[in-house]
Amino acid sequence: MRDHLTVALQETLQMVWVSAVLTALGGLALGVLLVLTDRGGLAPSAPVNRVLGLVVNIGRSLPFIILMIAVIPLTRALVGTTIGTAAAIVPLTIGAIPFYARLAETALREVDPGVVAAARAMGASRRQIVGKVLLREARPGLVAGMTVTVITLVGYSAMAGAIGGGGLGDLAIRYGYLRFETGTMIACVAVLIVLVQVIQMLGDLVVRRLSHK
Amino acid sequence: MIELHDLTKVYRARGRAVTALDGVSLTVAEGEIHGVIGRSGAGKSTLLRSVNVLERPDGGSVRIDGADLLTLSRDALRAARRRIGMIHQHFGLLGSRDVTGNVAFPLEVIGVPRRDRLRRAAELLELVGLSEHAHARPAQLSGGQKQRVGIARALAAEPKVLLSDEATSALDPETTDSVLDLLRRLNRELGLTILLITHEMNVVKRICDSTSLMRDGRITESGKVLDLLAAPGSELARGLFPLPPPTVRPGTTLLDVTFVGADAATPFISSLARTYSIDVNVLGGSIEEVGDTRVGRLRIELPGTPELNAPQIAHLRESGLTLEIAACATT
Repeated sequence: MRDHLTVALQETLQMVWVSAVLTALGGLALGVLLVLTDRGGLAPSAPVNRVLGLVVNIGRSLPFIILMIAVIPLTRALVGTTIGTAAAIVPLTIGAIPFYARLAETALREVDPGVVAAARAMGASRRQIVGKVLLREARPGLVAGMTVTVITLVGYSAMAGAIGGGGLGDLAIRYGYLRFETGTMIACVAVLIVLVQVIQMLGDLVVRRLSHK
Repeated sequence: MIELHDLTKVYRARGRAVTALDGVSLTVAEGEIHGVIGRSGAGKSTLLRSVNVLERPDGGSVRIDGADLLTLSRDALRAARRRIGMIHQHFGLLGSRDVTGNVAFPLEVIGVPRRDRLRRAAELLELVGLSEHAHARPAQLSGGQKQRVGIARALAAEPKVLLSDEATSALDPETTDSVLDLLRRLNRELGLTILLITHEMNVVKRICDSTSLMRDGRITESGKVLDLLAAPGSELARGLFPLPPPTVRPGTTLLDVTFVGADAATPFISSLARTYSIDVNVLGGSIEEVGDTRVGRLRIELPGTPELNAPQIAHLRESGLTLEIAACATT
């Protein structure tokens, strides 16, 4: 059972880690675009904003298990296969990007508009304002949002067993539930609880480091 | 230095149009401190933000040292903004950077090398008296200190013009005075031209050379502070030296006498009383420093109607005093 558990943990970590990195990049980009194109933003554009908002909302309204199946053609095109850990990363990332985009958007909106105005008055370009003001000032909120997202990814990854992604959730269902191995079930759940705790603690630690209140 | 010509701006939101600027023209000479005063909603914030085009006016022209900023391309406008410093009511400091990082930020935007940035930031912090807080975070500073950081930051790129957006409105009176004195010193030492907006008469009184009164998107009065004080009927003068609403006793005349500079030394009341053998009653008044000049306003009561007092009034006018008949009894 210990071997199963170690392998499953590795699979979970791999799925979560890779999709978290991709989500951070994609979600951040989307979040920045949402803020920039909003009315009163630095590059206001109502059509772009509306389309992006719609895409994000559609992404967020699909249950993950359905999304996973819906994106199978895309997964095959990108990874070459539709089963396994690598294949699970595609739906995980697609599912998490809209989620994180909204959290990033909220964090970026918290940046004092007065600071942005001050940067504009200095002659800063939009690129400089995004990089040196918005992203930097919003770091605590962005990291806090990422912590929530990573924990959500841990939850999503438990469903990845449905497409052979493996991981702790898969182990818990196949061994713990279908084979009535209560011990395995409890072990899986315990490892997941510890994992989530560790992620939350690390996230909080970074947020505290970044806040200067 | 700053020439604003016929600026107009209308905000439209949900079918309602609000006129923020209704044909505003204003000139500020080099090395001058000009204060625009008005209530909130008068359009003064829009006016100030038009000067560096944070807010783009619908019409008119904005010339700073020559070129019309409204006709510039995006890049040229950014370059022009770098020569205009700005300080803000709520400071606008970056919470993620320390004081030095904030002061050096405009230089980072321009692309000045790190070593030069740090040296310049240290000089500026010395100038505003914050050297010992060079590595503090903005959140650790008091309001007055934050505004000093804001001022140092505004000066980093060596602008010739400084815009001040209610810079002291979030500060207590004592801190306000020290920040104003700093602005006055920078104006003198660096030849900085300052355009400020405020709703506090005290700011105008303390540091402004000239001032404008703004109301409903228009400038209704404008001029040198001392000239306005001497101008009869000036609303600004009344605002700067408020006297209580006049209550007149039958058969008397109330006069508001304004005296500026050397006039303040003339003992006009006793001379009036002696020359005309009348009793002069002082009902209220104040004497204050405007810049370096002493200015006073006095409300006096003379017996008799204004007609009867014509020689006395002429006498006061001849001695160079500005006066207004505040009220007189009808019978």
